[in-house]
Amino acid sequence: MPYPTDFKYTKEHEWVKADGKNATIGITTYAQDSLGDIVFVELPKVGSELAAGKTFGSVESVKAVSDLYAPASGTVTEVNAELATAPEKINKDAHAAWMVKITLKNPDELNSLLSAADYEKFVVEESGH
Amino acid sequence: MRYLPKSPADREAILKAIGARSIDDLFAPIPAEYRLNRDLKVPRQMAESEIVDWFRERSRENGDGYATFLGAGAYYHYRPVIIDSLISRGEFLTAYTPYQAEISQGTLQSIFEFQTMICELTGMEVANASMYDGSTAAAEAVMMAVRLTGRRSAVIARSVHPEYREVLATYARHQGLPLSIVDFADSGRLDVRQLEKSITAETACVLIQSPNFFGTIEDVAAIADLTHKHGAMLVVAIAEAISLGIVEPPRQGDIVAMEAQSFVVPLGFGGPYCGVIATRQEYVRQMPGRLVGQTSDKNGKRGFVLTLATREQHIRREKATSNICTNQALIALMANIFMNVYGKVGLRELAKQNLAKAAYAAQHFGKHARVLFSGAPRFHEFVIKTSEDPRVINNRLLGQKIVGGLPLKKFYPELGNASLWCCTEMTTRAAIDTAAALVAEDERSTMPATAEVAEVTR
Amino acid sequence: MKHMTRKATRHVNQNEGLIFEKSSPGKAAWRLPPLDVPEVDTEKLLGSSERKDLGNMPEVSEIEIIRHFTRLSTWNYAIDLGMYPLGSCTMKYNPRVNEVVSRFDGLANAHPYQPEKLSQGALRILKTLSECLIEITGMDAITLQPAAGAHGELTGLLLVRAYHDSKGAPRKKILIPDSAHGTNPATAATVGYAVENLKSNSQGMVDVAALASQMNEDVAALMLTNPNTLGVFEQEIHKIADIMHAKGGLLYMDGANMNALVGKVRPGDFGVDLMHLNLHKTFSTPHGGGGPGSGPVAIKKILEPFLPTPVVITQADGSLGFEYDRPQSVGRVRAFYGNFGMFVRALAYTLANGPDGLRQTTEDAVLNANYIRKGLEGVYDLPYSTPSMHEVVFSDKLQARKGVKTMDIAKRLIDYGFHPYTTAFPLIVPGALMIEPTESESKEEMDLFIEAMKFIAEEVEEDPQMVLDAPHSTRVSRLDEVAAARKPVLRWTPAE
Repeated sequence: MPYPTDFKYTKEHEWVKADGKNATIGITTYAQDSLGDIVFVELPKVGSELAAGKTFGSVESVKAVSDLYAPASGTVTEVNAELATAPEKINKDAHAAWMVKITLKNPDELNSLLSAADYEKFVVEESGH
Repeated sequence: MRYLPKSPADREAILKAIGARSIDDLFAPIPAEYRLNRDLKVPRQMAESEIVDWFRERSRENGDGYATFLGAGAYYHYRPVIIDSLISRGEFLTAYTPYQAEISQGTLQSIFEFQTMICELTGMEVANASMYDGSTAAAEAVMMAVRLTGRRSAVIARSVHPEYREVLATYARHQGLPLSIVDFADSGRLDVRQLEKSITAETACVLIQSPNFFGTIEDVAAIADLTHKHGAMLVVAIAEAISLGIVEPPRQGDIVAMEAQSFVVPLGFGGPYCGVIATRQEYVRQMPGRLVGQTSDKNGKRGFVLTLATREQHIRREKATSNICTNQALIALMANIFMNVYGKVGLRELAKQNLAKAAYAAQHFGKHARVLFSGAPRFHEFVIKTSEDPRVINNRLLGQKIVGGLPLKKFYPELGNASLWCCTEMTTRAAIDTAAALVAEDERSTMPATAEVAEVTR
Repeated sequence: MKHMTRKATRHVNQNEGLIFEKSSPGKAAWRLPPLDVPEVDTEKLLGSSERKDLGNMPEVSEIEIIRHFTRLSTWNYAIDLGMYPLGSCTMKYNPRVNEVVSRFDGLANAHPYQPEKLSQGALRILKTLSECLIEITGMDAITLQPAAGAHGELTGLLLVRAYHDSKGAPRKKILIPDSAHGTNPATAATVGYAVENLKSNSQGMVDVAALASQMNEDVAALMLTNPNTLGVFEQEIHKIADIMHAKGGLLYMDGANMNALVGKVRPGDFGVDLMHLNLHKTFSTPHGGGGPGSGPVAIKKILEPFLPTPVVITQADGSLGFEYDRPQSVGRVRAFYGNFGMFVRALAYTLANGPDGLRQTTEDAVLNANYIRKGLEGVYDLPYSTPSMHEVVFSDKLQARKGVKTMDIAKRLIDYGFHPYTTAFPLIVPGALMIEPTESESKEEMDLFIEAMKFIAEEVEEDPQMVLDAPHSTRVSRLDEVAAARKPVLRWTPAE
């Protein structure tokens, strides 16, 4: 499964797409596959502050909960309302099912994240195949 | 030992299969210094007949056959016999928690029905599959309001059951949650003016009980208005579930924490009982306790499962909505059957009988003692104030095999010689008349008790 | 299907809808006696508080209620039908004499507030059970108030907090092994403690070196399950206790696995300061579909002043009573005194056994677990070679090669007439199969279980789809839990 090259990735399986001062955040297809059918997503409100590396919400399957870790710091400007009623969109297309949009506090933070190629390598190592 | 299904030959065969010389080999992992080399000092093994005798003696020592006027959070109602017939079935009694849905549909469907009926009775949209009891349900409901509002204090009515308040204080202390208490007015209801002064921007919720500890029905609408105006939630505790047959449920509340013991769970010296939390759909993910949901199998057949388990301890661990694991499933089943037996019409008729008995009693007691809190409607409990210490009166009543009302000085010292009396459909007119006469004894101590009784029943 | 299932056969069973679907105005299962006091005008008495309508509450007859619940009951598995191999649940026989004695009028109808002189029987039961449990655990005192195991853990941690506060040195953390039951960290958080994870060593036991390095004056207690959730006895328990005590910490034991210890060893003797018991596990009180339970907390003397109120005492005249005046008490964890009905049952169980019965029970529990371990060794992967006490943990490693997981094997076990074992716990064993037969299983029942598990392992090799699609023989097949969580339907609603 190819990972979009215009995204950056974290080791906790979030992706972030930067667009100047703004960024869009979601989880990768590897993450949704490990979780299984997603039943609920807990996201922050518009106006909340995200801190890079800290949790900002969670995603639930029937039997497990996973924390979401912010790839970068910033303020939430938009939350994907569709996920409240149709969390399965993440399973269908994780790279299109964005979760939050933020204004970046420090765009340089993205430089320390993984590129698509590096993330793909990381996933291969982690999953052992 | 007769509960153990093994013969000595079986044990030998098993040891041989395992390759152990004796059972001691299997306990070798326990360091020798700790292994017990003696019998436990517990009573010797008893035959079944001896066990029955032993507990029958205890039952006798406990005095059976007394008429009772005690309520105060535990109520004596008639227990339809089919409840025991049904819950004694091994498939209910000895079944495990319904985690494996395919072989637990009996338990799951009955819990789903229970949740439905609790919603109907309380006026709420969702209900859980039970909490330990009313007191812990109230504490958990307050915690739930704290999580939902993000605010860190609570306002508690003093007319909430004193032991419920003690439990809440215990839970709150370790969550760093300050509680402020609002007193009751002369009507017996929560003092709304005092409430107004006590709610702050940090108040997560107001906790009231209705009917309250004194049996008085609170003005839920007014309290709800005030509470919501300040952005707080209203938690309503209900200790006498039968009241819901004739008293409007607290529809304006946000969370209801109920004790379902009145749905004929035996009084049983205080437990096991059955707490429930009911609330609005939008709060469901912050509800503690198990929830049963309807779904279908791969053939489209309707079935039921435990759901929203990610709120719970076995998944969220330290981030769970509560640490609760075991609930009160069998007790909830008793309540379920009870609600079915009485149903839509019977529950109302039963509640009306309770109301009538208490009204009659209050009227007669009122001739010789002061009935407090008469300015507001009551269900089946009332408070009287006597010139004599209620404990002395109760001693007299014991001589007539009657257990009198609960003296309140311990919980509400300012009420002096006040006592709380409860009448249910099980309270006979004769018991009420006798009790009223004996209460009267000190007020008109020239007349002997028997003559008093004659006078009252004339 | 290749094999004959010897334990169970499919059988016609009754369909039954929701009770509301049978309801019809005018049906009734109740009749009240006539009122012996004057009728009341409810509108006059209650005014706007009067409820006029009970909405969609059902109206059904008595036989419909009997049939409804009887039919539902036949859809359940139960101990009375066969083994539950559930690890750490201790699904043992629920003796019926317990049910009979708890229903004696003077006990069943005792109001918790009735005068002490009318409660001597109940108080004597509280006292006798307390004494037995104290002796069994090797502790000094006990509270029977907590309603279940998790509630007992809560109470225990409140006692821990009160103890450290009384020393003027409140502490912030609780150490919890990664093999622990979820209630442990959940409880610690409820009491306001931070949870610090303690990794298990390669044998699945507490890593004593790690414990020594993590233990400091900021740690209030270690919550330990012993035997642990792998069914293994912590052989270095004296070192563990010493490490905790040397830095002023307390050792809390989760007593869920007491079925391996009763009559053979006492936690109080190996350094435990406080522990909870699960009466619905070790002491045979019935699970009833999920509860009630009871979780007494036994303690050493040092914690005695902090016990919840009230405490049972013997008065000067020899009668029993409750003491409320205990200034250092942590308070109450529930109204009244605890799940008294469960105390009656647990005491009846203890009296039925006596010291010899209790010991024999524990021996049989450990014997049985080891028999099953021997029977399935090589068929399923055994992640730890350490000796098992009363439960054994396998993993699905061998079967996972064919794409079959522990949950699938568990579902297939249902077709063989058994309730599944505990799947996917403890977390330290990926794909765990946690099996605890208890002493209540005969050799015949265990042989049927071992045979069933062997047949399933064969099916995994020869016809894995049969296992993946299981169960095949139940009223409902695997239910859509995803839909149930995405769009929860938590009550019946009448059709519009």
